[in-house]
Amino acid sequence: MEYNAAEVAREISNRWGNLPENIIEMMHDVQTKLNYLPKDVLYEVSHVASVPISKIYNIATFYNAFSLKPKGKYRICVCLGTPCHALGAPRVINALERELGIKCGETTKDMKYSLEITGCVGTCGLAPVIVINEDLFGPIPVSGVSKLLKKYEK
Amino acid sequence: MKNYRLQLMVCAGTGCVSNHSFEIKDALENAIGKHNLQNEAQVVLTGCNGFCGAGPILVVQPDNIFYQLLKPTDVPLIVEEHLVKGRPVKKFMYTPPAEKNPIPKMSEIPFFADQTLIALRNRGMIDPENIDDYIARGGYKALAKVLSSMTPDEVLQEIKNSGLRGRGGGGFPTGVKWETCKHAHGDERYVICNADEGDPGAFMDRSIIEGDPHSVIEGMIIGAYAIENVRQGYIYVRMEYPLAIKRFQIAIEHAREFGLLGNNIFDKGFNFDIEVRRGAGAFVCGESTALMASIEGKPGEPRAKYIHTVEKGLWDKPTCLNNVETWVNVPQIILRGAKWFSSIGTGDVSVDAWGGSKGTKVFSLAGKVNNTGLVEVPMGITLRDIIYKIGGGIKDNKKFKAVQTGGPSGGFIPESMLDLPVDYEELTKVGSMMGSGGMVVTDEENCMVDMAKYFLKFTQEESCGKCIPCREGTKRMLDILENITIGKGTEDDLVLLEELSNMIVESSLCALGGSAPNPVLTTLKYFREEYEVHVKDKKCPAHICSQLNTYSIDEKLCLEIGHGCDVCKKYCPDGAIIGERKKVHYIEPAKCSKCGACYDVCNFNAVKVQ
Amino acid sequence: MTKLKIEDLDKIAEDVRRKMTIREGGGKVKITVHMGTCGIAAGARTVMSAFLNEIDIHNIKDVIITTSGCAGLCSKEPMATVEYGEQAPVKYIELNETKVKKIFDDHVLKGKFVQEYALAIGSERIQ
Repeated sequence: MEYNAAEVAREISNRWGNLPENIIEMMHDVQTKLNYLPKDVLYEVSHVASVPISKIYNIATFYNAFSLKPKGKYRICVCLGTPCHALGAPRVINALERELGIKCGETTKDMKYSLEITGCVGTCGLAPVIVINEDLFGPIPVSGVSKLLKKYEK
Repeated sequence: MKNYRLQLMVCAGTGCVSNHSFEIKDALENAIGKHNLQNEAQVVLTGCNGFCGAGPILVVQPDNIFYQLLKPTDVPLIVEEHLVKGRPVKKFMYTPPAEKNPIPKMSEIPFFADQTLIALRNRGMIDPENIDDYIARGGYKALAKVLSSMTPDEVLQEIKNSGLRGRGGGGFPTGVKWETCKHAHGDERYVICNADEGDPGAFMDRSIIEGDPHSVIEGMIIGAYAIENVRQGYIYVRMEYPLAIKRFQIAIEHAREFGLLGNNIFDKGFNFDIEVRRGAGAFVCGESTALMASIEGKPGEPRAKYIHTVEKGLWDKPTCLNNVETWVNVPQIILRGAKWFSSIGTGDVSVDAWGGSKGTKVFSLAGKVNNTGLVEVPMGITLRDIIYKIGGGIKDNKKFKAVQTGGPSGGFIPESMLDLPVDYEELTKVGSMMGSGGMVVTDEENCMVDMAKYFLKFTQEESCGKCIPCREGTKRMLDILENITIGKGTEDDLVLLEELSNMIVESSLCALGGSAPNPVLTTLKYFREEYEVHVKDKKCPAHICSQLNTYSIDEKLCLEIGHGCDVCKKYCPDGAIIGERKKVHYIEPAKCSKCGACYDVCNFNAVKVQ
Repeated sequence: MTKLKIEDLDKIAEDVRRKMTIREGGGKVKITVHMGTCGIAAGARTVMSAFLNEIDIHNIKDVIITTSGCAGLCSKEPMATVEYGEQAPVKYIELNETKVKKIFDDHVLKGKFVQEYALAIGSERIQ
C-alpha cells in the first residue's frame, strides 16, 4: 500500500489533538489504515505527537493489537476463547496451518493471508469462531475450513 | 410518525450479524414492500437477545412470536403467512431438545422464561442506536430524579443500601467504593467504565453495550453526580468488540446532542462528559491499575496497590472504576429503590456490606450446553438450574463433567456441587469465583488436564512480566502441564504443581497472577484421577491429548465406505500412512507423530483413536 | 437538536409509546382481524386499513392490532375480535368501513360493545 508517512502521521495525530496521552489511539488508527505499523510512520508520529520513539516501540510490542510487520490482505484470526477451545479450536488452527502452508503468526509469501490467534471475540454461541478481517464466521468445524477459504480464493 | 401495527425485531448483536441478520432485515423489507405492508410493519434492529445459539433471530411483536435460525429465503413465507394472513410459521420456531412441538411465544421458551431481567431489561426491545427508544423505556428518568430531587449523599446512600457489589468479578461493594472515592483527597476525580471484558468465554458486557449503551452512560452520569467533583468519565472497551465501540460512540453523540452529557445537564448546573478509549488486546488491562495506565497512553502494567485507585488512580487523581454490568444496575436502583433491589438475592447487607449477594447476575453460558447465550438470573439460583433449566442440558445427551466459572481466574466445579447457589462467597469457598460471568460447560469429551493447561497458557501469555512469581511461576507450571499431556509427567509433578500454585497465589503483584493457578488447583482437587491416568498410565481418557493416543484405521470403513479416498495420506505430515486410492490404508506406528491430522480429515470416521 | 429539559423525557416517551406498546405486547385494547383466504377475499384488508386509519385519526397509543387465520365462519367474513381490557372478547361479523368506525368509537375508545354487529361475546373454548 502506498502512503506518505508524514501525511498519515499528521492527519492521525491531529485527530487526537496531538496529545501524547492519546498515543495508543493514534497507533490504532495507523494499524487500521495500513494494517501494520511501518517504521517511518512511527517516527513521524513520534515527532508530531511528541512521544519518544522508544516509548512507542514499548507500546507496540506490549499490546497484541499492534504489528510491526506487514500483514496479509486477509487476516485470519482464530478465536481461542474457552468455549472455542472446548469445541475444538486447536484442531481448526491445525487445519488452517495445513491448508495455508504457514504456521500460526506467519503470513503467506504472496501476502494474501496471515494466520493469527485472537482473544475471545465474545460470540461464544457460535464456537468455534474465525474472524477474517471484519467478518466473523462460526461455527466452523475442521471440515469447514477449506470451504471457508474458497470464498477468498478469487 | 407512522402508526405501525407490527414491530419486527431483528437481532443485530455480533453473533446474529455474523450469521447474516442484516440480510434478514433486507429480505423482510423487500417482502413487506411486495405485500404493501410498509405502513403497517416496521423492521427494527435490536441489540443481542442473548440466545446466540439460535441466531439469526426475529421476534414479531405484538404477537411475541420467536423465529430462529432464519435464512433470507425463509423470510417471504413468514411475511406472507404470518404478517399477511396471521398464521405464524411453525417450522421456524424453537423446539426444545427431545421434544416435538415448537414453542411459538418468546416468553414461554424456558431459556427466556426463567430469567430475571434488570441489567438486560431492554434487550431485544429497543434499537440501541435510537435514544428515543431508550427514553421510551424509562431511560434517563433516574438521572432526572437524581438531579431534581436527590443530594449526592442521598444517591450514595441508596446505592449502599441496595447491596450492589462489583459485577466485574471481585464483588467489592459499589457504595463503599464510591464513598471512599468521594472522600479521597483531591479536587478532581474520574469515573471509568471497565468494558475490557477479557475473560475468554465471557460476553455479557459486549451484549449489554451492543443492546443498551445508554443505560451504561446513565449509570456513569449518576455515579459522577454522587461522587462529586467528577467532570470526565472514560469507557475503556476492548478492541475485539468493534460493534460495541461503535454503539457507544453513537450513544455518546446522541446524549451530547440532547444535553445529557456536557455542561449544565437538565439545567441543574451539573457538568459531565464521557470519552471512549479502545483497548489494544491485552488481558491484563482489565486490572484497574493497568487499565488506567493504558488510558494514560502507557503499556498496561499493573502497580502494587498499597494506595488504592480510589485514592490515586487515573493521572494520580481519585478514580472510581466499575464494570459495565455494575453501572447498568445503577439507574434501576435509583428508579425502583434500594429496598426492591436488596429483596432479590442472598444474605443480608444491612449491617455488613459483604454480607450477601444482591440483585441479579448476568452469565454467558457457553460450551457444551444446548442453549448457549446470555442469561440473567437472581443471585442464589443454583448452577444446576442455570445449566439444565435455562441452558437446556448438555449437548447431544453427553455426560456433564464440570462447569467453569470466573474465566482464567476461576475454577472448575464438578457435578457433585451443582446445587451450589450462585453467590460471591459460596463460589469462592469451593475454589472458583463469581468472576465477570463466564460460564463454560464441559462434558465427558473434554480433558480436564487439557482445560487447565489451556487457561494457564492463556494467563502465562497474558502475564505482563512485571513481577517474577507470575512471569516465571506460570511458565514453570505450564511446562509441567505440557509434560503431563505428552506423557512425560510423573506423580511428583502433581505435588510440585500444587506447591507452585500456592506460591504464585501468595506472592503475585496483581490479581492476574493471584488467581491464575485456580483452574489448576480446582482440577487437581476435583479431577485428580484424570491427572493420575495421564502420569501413571500415560493415557488421556477423553482422547484430547493427542500424544497419548494411538491412531489406527478401520479397514472396513476405509474400504467399503470411503473407497480408500487417500485424503489422510495427503495430509499426513510424517508420511506415516501407507496405501493408495481404492485400497485400504494403514498407519505405520513408528513414523506416526500422533498429530491427529488423519483423524480430522477423514470424512468416513475410519480413523480410530485409542 | 436542542437540549432536553426533564419534562421533555415524557414527551419523547409519549411519541414512541405506541411502538413500545406493540413491542411489549401490552395495550388496553387488542383487535384481531381474521385474515384467512375467505376473509381476505371478503375484504379483511380494507377492515385492517380502516382500523389502522382510526388509530391514526385518534392518535391512540395503547391499542394493538394483530391478525389471525380463518375464524371458521366463512360466510360472515370479514370478521374481527375486539378485546377491551379484562372484558370478554367480542367477535364482530360482516364488517365494512362504516361499521369499523362505529366499533372503534364505541368499543375501542369507550369500552361499550356494539350489539348489532356482534356475533358472540366470549371465545369458543378449546378442549
